[in-house]
Amino acid sequence: MTDTTEKAAVKATAGAAPTAPEPAPAPRTARLWRGATPWLFLLAPLALLIVFTYAPIANMVAYSFTDWDGVSPELHYTGTENYAELFTRSDLFEVFWVSGYYLAASVFQIVAALYFATILSFNVRFRNFFKGVLFFPYLINGVAIGFVFLYFFQDGGTLDSVLGLFGVETDRAWLGTPESANTSLAAVSIWRYLGLNFVLFLGAIQSIPGELYEAAELDGANRWHQFRYIIAPGIKPVLSLTVILSISGSLSVFEIPYIMTGGATGTETFVIQTVKLAFQFNKTGLASAAAVVLLLIVLAVTWVQRRLVPDDKVDLA
Amino acid sequence: MTRRAVARTLMYLSLVAATVVVLLPLAAVVLTSLKSESEMADDSGALALPDDLLNFHNYATAFEDGRMLSAFANTAIILLFAIGGTVLIGSMTAYAIDRFTFRFKKLVVALFLVAALVPGVTTQVATFQIVNSFGMFDSLWAPIALYMGTDIVSIYIFLQFVRSIPTSLDEAARLDGANAFTIYRKIIFPLLKPAIATVVIVKGITTYNDFYIPFLYMPSEDLGVISTSLFRFKGPFGAHWETISAGAVLVILPTLIVFLLLQRFIYNGFMKGATR
Repeated sequence: MTDTTEKAAVKATAGAAPTAPEPAPAPRTARLWRGATPWLFLLAPLALLIVFTYAPIANMVAYSFTDWDGVSPELHYTGTENYAELFTRSDLFEVFWVSGYYLAASVFQIVAALYFATILSFNVRFRNFFKGVLFFPYLINGVAIGFVFLYFFQDGGTLDSVLGLFGVETDRAWLGTPESANTSLAAVSIWRYLGLNFVLFLGAIQSIPGELYEAAELDGANRWHQFRYIIAPGIKPVLSLTVILSISGSLSVFEIPYIMTGGATGTETFVIQTVKLAFQFNKTGLASAAAVVLLLIVLAVTWVQRRLVPDDKVDLA
Repeated sequence: MTRRAVARTLMYLSLVAATVVVLLPLAAVVLTSLKSESEMADDSGALALPDDLLNFHNYATAFEDGRMLSAFANTAIILLFAIGGTVLIGSMTAYAIDRFTFRFKKLVVALFLVAALVPGVTTQVATFQIVNSFGMFDSLWAPIALYMGTDIVSIYIFLQFVRSIPTSLDEAARLDGANAFTIYRKIIFPLLKPAIATVVIVKGITTYNDFYIPFLYMPSEDLGVISTSLFRFKGPFGAHWETISAGAVLVILPTLIVFLLLQRFIYNGFMKGATR
């Protein structure tokens, strides 16, 4: 692109005038000043990055080997006791099963988003309206969504009213048992996040050159063939990104269940538990160990994804 | 009908079904927000129309008793500083990384890269202690600093953009005697306008909607932002769904307006933000 031609041009002129005199070396202070310039630009960003990202990670790892309560000046080194507690106390580890509901939901979510992105990338009436409707929930405030769906699942709320229209009378407490509560919450998460996946897929599909479809159509390919052989390979990178976002998202669910149920009736997720351990029960050490475990899992998932689907374009520098 | 017509019908049906699924829960809340207390009590169901479609009484209650005015003000202050800071920091970082070669550049780049992989929720336990030690706990500065300091995505967006600005512009300015700061201020920054628009929108929406950070770092009631103030409706308004609904609609409305006005930019922004 521009900068490669730019460089080529510079090289060409350099080649044409090999005898051009070298510029005299800059004076010492000027050189020092030049060397410092990038650091002046990076001072604030790096300071913030280290203070709010790397220092917490380092501290968190350190706390995870102690019995600190987060307040008292005293903390004792306890070795790997927190980790042992985490992996052996079944109630602490159980919260991971809740993620299963969200993981299952994200499979459905990805398939649905892919379907809608595919059909809406072709000519459809009211296309922009449907696009807007599908994406909008992603932009809504999480607390507002929580309240909308608390009302939705309420006894005599939206869902019961709709079912009533079809003559189905339920006196089900949708958020009353762990299974139906988690299913309901996972459904809310589909409602909320489908739009993001949809927009990402739509963008990727639209970046596939249109001639490909025309050529395929001439060869007698139908919509399914077009999807299978043009669209699916074309959006592979975005698809794999979505898969990691879904896995790490399912492990770190917080907002919706915290707002809607407060983690009651078996809907407590890993992050809710960590927040409670740290800020309600003052078990900073144990909470840190939990956070380290979650962080390691997320990093591992990302690493596996990078291995399986290497980025063909190199990022940065 | 031909097979093609059947397929088309099914496709439109699926789109309409999805529209109903998205809009119905929202519509029910809008209807509820317009009902009076006695209408709520008569058990006619969530989808019954309110008697008076222009009954904004609940909105007044939600706005005043829910202290929404100060919530909007606090949110606005945080938005202003967080977005301004993010734009400045992101563009400076991108300029330094793309236009200079210096020692440890690879390390710096790697630091930003790896940070992008760390989900913020996991480190909050320890971040809390740091914020606390700076005395920023329970002040507007805590979310502002956190939003500014941990936004790696905007750095990526700026970086891609700086890369597309031809270096010949810098060189020309340098020959005219401009130093790095003048080049950044007079050439790079103004040319970054489209990227700045993207970052302002994406950052603005995520900041406006964030619950976790203000909830953890600003427990006092005076410091409520819109999410935490709305969350507090759970207590005093308990089962008063008409007031809670009005509060929720009040919070969603600005997002809807911004979305309708800036649709195109918002789609692009989130696409760039997520895929980098």
